[in-house]
Amino acid sequence: MDLFVNAIVAGILLGAFYASVSVGLSITFGQLDIVNIAHPAFVVVGSYIAWILNSRFGLDPVLVGVLAAPLFFVAGVLIYRVYYAAFERTGQESLSGLAFFFGVMFIIEIVLILVYGVDYRLVSADYLGRNIDLGFVGLPLRLVVPFVVASAMTGAVWLYLSRTFTGRAILAVAQDRLALQLMGADPVRIKQFAFGLAIATTAIAGSLLIVIGPVEPSLGRGYIGRAFAIVVLGGMGSIPGMVIAALLIGVLESFVSSFAGPSWAPAVAFGALLLTLAVRPSGLFGRA
Amino acid sequence: MIRTALRSLLRASGIALASALFAGAAAAAEPIKIGFSMALTGGLAGAGKAALIAMEIWRDDVNKRGGILGRPVEFVYYDDATNPATVPGIYTKLLNVDKVDLVVSSYGTNEIAPAMPIVMRKKLVFPSLFGLAVNDEFKYDRYFQIMPAGPEPKLDWSRGFFQLAAEQKPRPKTVAIIAADAEFALNAAAGARANAKKMGFKIIYDKTFPPSTTDYSPIIRAIEATKAEIVYVASYPPQSVGIVKAAHEVGLKAKMLGGCMVGLQFAAIQKNLGPLLNGIINYDFWVPEPTLDFPGVKEFLAKYQEAAKGKGVDPLGHYLPPYAYAYLEVLEQSIVATKGLDQGKLAAYMHKATFKTVVGDVKFAKNGEWAKTRTLQVQFRDVQPDNLEQFAGPGKRVVLYPKQWKSGDIAYPYKQ
Repeated sequence: MDLFVNAIVAGILLGAFYASVSVGLSITFGQLDIVNIAHPAFVVVGSYIAWILNSRFGLDPVLVGVLAAPLFFVAGVLIYRVYYAAFERTGQESLSGLAFFFGVMFIIEIVLILVYGVDYRLVSADYLGRNIDLGFVGLPLRLVVPFVVASAMTGAVWLYLSRTFTGRAILAVAQDRLALQLMGADPVRIKQFAFGLAIATTAIAGSLLIVIGPVEPSLGRGYIGRAFAIVVLGGMGSIPGMVIAALLIGVLESFVSSFAGPSWAPAVAFGALLLTLAVRPSGLFGRA
Repeated sequence: MIRTALRSLLRASGIALASALFAGAAAAAEPIKIGFSMALTGGLAGAGKAALIAMEIWRDDVNKRGGILGRPVEFVYYDDATNPATVPGIYTKLLNVDKVDLVVSSYGTNEIAPAMPIVMRKKLVFPSLFGLAVNDEFKYDRYFQIMPAGPEPKLDWSRGFFQLAAEQKPRPKTVAIIAADAEFALNAAAGARANAKKMGFKIIYDKTFPPSTTDYSPIIRAIEATKAEIVYVASYPPQSVGIVKAAHEVGLKAKMLGGCMVGLQFAAIQKNLGPLLNGIINYDFWVPEPTLDFPGVKEFLAKYQEAAKGKGVDPLGHYLPPYAYAYLEVLEQSIVATKGLDQGKLAAYMHKATFKTVVGDVKFAKNGEWAKTRTLQVQFRDVQPDNLEQFAGPGKRVVLYPKQWKSGDIAYPYKQ
């Protein structure tokens, strides 16, 4: 029983972190139809910024992530401008755009290696190493803090997209670009803003990643498959769907690790993805 | 007339002699080209770059001494990006395009094994850097591995860990083994399994996990539920950190934890984990304990630590760099002794000689591994938080095994 409950709790904590990594991708890939394969690489950049300011000035890594988010937003806007001018405007975004983001990913990795080297980077904070014990359920703050911050960030993004004019325009641009133009909104500016928002989330997700464990420049590659799978499973662009998919993957991984053997965890999680898509091709919350 | 002719002849002879001498000198100065691939990016780049720094220190030391047999040493190397698939292409290029004279290996089992078929086809000696049991499958008689795992690498790697467990009173009975799904870790786990069975322990948990695992607490909880007394872990750096943190968070009550956790030898990780390391018993190959003060090792480390500054690699360099220097010392001493680059003679000499290196005396067994194991089992003691300097001196990683190099007694059980 202890193991059962702890497996579910650990899975939920982990799933919330996965949601923080995937929420930006849900916007770019799910809503804007931009295959930003470099998304996890931006998450790693977020981790490095958290590490630099934590190790040099002792700043809390999560606080650094929040403070860095506006800078990431600006970077996202600029990257979209380049992407739009080079590919989207000429209708070459599908394959060339994918190659572009592959290139961005490799450039990020190489720059991190050249500037900061290849050693593993970790952060220090008072709460790391502490636990909240609720009876037989142990809650390590190393995972609770990312859970809380990830939930807050994902909730804020969802509220923004569903309650504000710009947020609704972002949802609209994916569905009917022409109708959006007729409503007086500029689709390029909307997409630019949305891409900036997606990249801004990576600053925070990166700070959570380095709170959980050590980071090195190529770590992001391991999250590409997982993040895209979560977005697809959730239903391409649905934030609530993405959150449920992330929690599902997290709980499944944790459960399988506890009871069947950790090696089966990715197979079972991705098996669930395939099964869901076989039954419901548009994903959990996708529009049919 | 005759005098003029003689003078011309002498002048011509002088020019010819000078030209010949000059040409001879040029030929003598032809560099010895050593080729290798190295993990300079990707997951193993931390170790790969540190190894390269050590190798460059050796090259510069040799060239300052006038080279080997009067020839300077030159490196030709490529980044294998920690991707085994790139390794065969790199060695093919090194041998067929770059025409290197000698090859040595990249760092690590996964990067060494793919080079073996290429090197074997050309019948080259292959000094290798930290491959675990690579030659068990190839059985290549010109393979020489510098990591002091021992003649039965899979078994020797964990023998000390289980011997220490067997010596405790009351003797623990149950063992849990977890290993990352990667060749090196799986080899280590196979050896641990064999040792545990041979020494009469009961294995009650034996699982592998994917290297991309983010949270290790479900795994540690599953082990805790089995009440295993000994937990043997075979993992790479990010996983090692995750497992140590999870063990602390879950409150693992095992009496011994550790074994084959790569990463706990690296200064940045040691500094970050700090007191969480206390009591863990893990393999290592060199630590600054008085029993391992080999001639030249401190001088080498001083050079390494200076060269490593600002390069984002392990600042202390205790784990891999001395061995990356030593495997080239072995090659150098063999070339000098055989007075050439004949691969057969080099291999024969490497099989019979005992080499004096910065990691002590090195003697190879028939299978190219160390003739006698020196896989240390060290225990972290009295580690303080957020202090890198503490690891530069003795007392923080006490050598428990082998007895010849022992510098202290075990603190048992681990959670005490």
